Amino acid sequence: MSPADLEKQNSATPSETSSATPAPAPAATPDAAPAAPAPPVAPTASGPWGILRRLGAANEAWTFGILLVLVAYFTIAAPGKFLTQYDITQIATNAAIYLVLGVGMTYVIITAGIDLSVGSVLVLSAVLSAEYTIHHGGSGSGWGVITISILISLATGLAWGVMQGLLVAKAKVPPLIVTLGGFGAALGLAQIITGGQDPAGAVSTRLQTSIGFGKLFGQIPWLVVIAFATTAVFGVMLASTRFGRYTYAIGSNADAVRRAGIAVDRHLVKVYGLAGLMAGLGSVMWLASYGTTSIAGHSTDNLKVITAVVLGGASLFGGRGSVLGTVIGVFIPAVLTTGLIIIGVQQYWQDVAIGAVLVLAVYVDQLRRRGRERG
Amino acid sequence: MPTPLLEAQEVVKHYGQVHALDGAAFTAQAGEVVALIGDNGAGKSTLVKILSGAVAPDAGRVLIDGEPVRLSGPLDAQRRGLETVYQDLALAPDLDAAANLYLGRELYRRGLLGRLGFLNRAAMREAAVEAFAELGVSLRDVGVSVASLSGGQRQSVAVARAVAFASRLIFLDEPTAALGVVQRGHVLDTIRRVRDRGITVVLISHNMPEVLAVADRVEVLRLGRRVASFTAARTSVDELVGAMTGALDTIGEAA
Repeated sequence: MSPADLEKQNSATPSETSSATPAPAPAATPDAAPAAPAPPVAPTASGPWGILRRLGAANEAWTFGILLVLVAYFTIAAPGKFLTQYDITQIATNAAIYLVLGVGMTYVIITAGIDLSVGSVLVLSAVLSAEYTIHHGGSGSGWGVITISILISLATGLAWGVMQGLLVAKAKVPPLIVTLGGFGAALGLAQIITGGQDPAGAVSTRLQTSIGFGKLFGQIPWLVVIAFATTAVFGVMLASTRFGRYTYAIGSNADAVRRAGIAVDRHLVKVYGLAGLMAGLGSVMWLASYGTTSIAGHSTDNLKVITAVVLGGASLFGGRGSVLGTVIGVFIPAVLTTGLIIIGVQQYWQDVAIGAVLVLAVYVDQLRRRGRERG
Repeated sequence: MPTPLLEAQEVVKHYGQVHALDGAAFTAQAGEVVALIGDNGAGKSTLVKILSGAVAPDAGRVLIDGEPVRLSGPLDAQRRGLETVYQDLALAPDLDAAANLYLGRELYRRGLLGRLGFLNRAAMREAAVEAFAELGVSLRDVGVSVASLSGGQRQSVAVARAVAFASRLIFLDEPTAALGVVQRGHVLDTIRRVRDRGITVVLISHNMPEVLAVADRVEVLRLGRRVASFTAARTSVDELVGAMTGALDTIGEAA
């Protein structure tokens, strides 16, 4: 069967919307549905593709190696203290919000963009949701108010992200500038609304005791569950769907993608919208966990998240990266912090170590890349 | 003479003060290899952009099968069976060859997953392997990123993409400009193979010997107009160069 034949069968496929045709390609694949004895995690490709993807995942492999070395070191240095269940839970909980922000950032960076606004968008989303809660019962408010406040958080993040996406895609303002402006403006708006003070009664105690401190089966904190569900969904989407494929393609050669008839501008708006939505979700998790808007507490979220994404193997030039890599990249600083505290080293060394690891990671990646592209 | 597959008449395109095309004409018959040659700035690229739907002309007509058409964009041209291999190849280097072949025309999994936008990688890979084999291109692995391929292999990927989807005509814009001698020969073989499949090839080139080696007919642009049209078998490099530079004046059919 020639590709032209396949194309004819599939010719009704619209290239912009997400309504794909069923692709009746006859002799195509035996792996029809996810039902099969597929691994429980995700319906990713198998067979020759699986091997190749594992090779391609070498990007993540060696970052994962760093993570393992760190874990091994702290486990040996503080036997019986590090890697207890308490530690693992604590590390994962601390990392949960960065994981969610990291998902959006991964998509943005793969399109060769950047989003400096995430921390401020998180604060703005938290403040708007808090304002609603305060005026509808405050910390004693019920599930109806909680639901609406969550929707306000998500909608604020999404709207801010879409606005930035439009500026990047349609107005052609560089992402660095758009999101730097967004970083300042979102925080400024949050301060105007609150007068610069974190308001009292920002969150319902019901939300805090359930999502904030609650655990699934009494074991896994809900924050961690939310974070991993989000990373799994968007990780699979990035790796296996058209949306993910176009994200990589745009970061790789936006002009070629445009000439292939793909709606590049619209896709970019969606990607920045996703990053905003993730900041909105992050604000819900933050409020549930800490019970306050922490207006002044998110000024370096952007740099932490970008660091994690780059540690995870994403290229700032676009076209490369993965959600799995970002997950590893988030856990390296998280493990370092906990580990340094446990072995009794001043935890400020963490920042020094992360800085060094980041530069080293990108340097090694450059070396590998040069080697490959020569071949 | 039969109705041409693709024809341009009196096409005008200005960029500010620059008259890129000044009443240019072009004809491609079904099943032939026609070369479009001209000096730098003669308007070759602009004419191809207009014929492939990338640019709209200021005036003049484009006809497909004798019917005037207004191409709304490259996709419109693609729907009519016209594909273009751009000089810069328009590949996404971080994607693999199969993904590039299907860029914008992805195949999806069956059922619900397909509706959710899940790609059918296996089917695309399979078809890609076949498409490359048909062109006689040896890619060790259609699953490695295009960035790690040689210049000639990248060229092959771009050509294979056009061939796989073109039902009628392919534009090749300076396909050999960046290639070595062996690879050039390979591209010319590919052009013949495409023609043998009944697909018209429009070859834009600077390279006269190459043009004479592969084309059935040669059309010459100078200063935004078609100044000559030759049968390749009955012309020479000197004659082509003369027409291009204006040293010889209008031989054959002038526009």
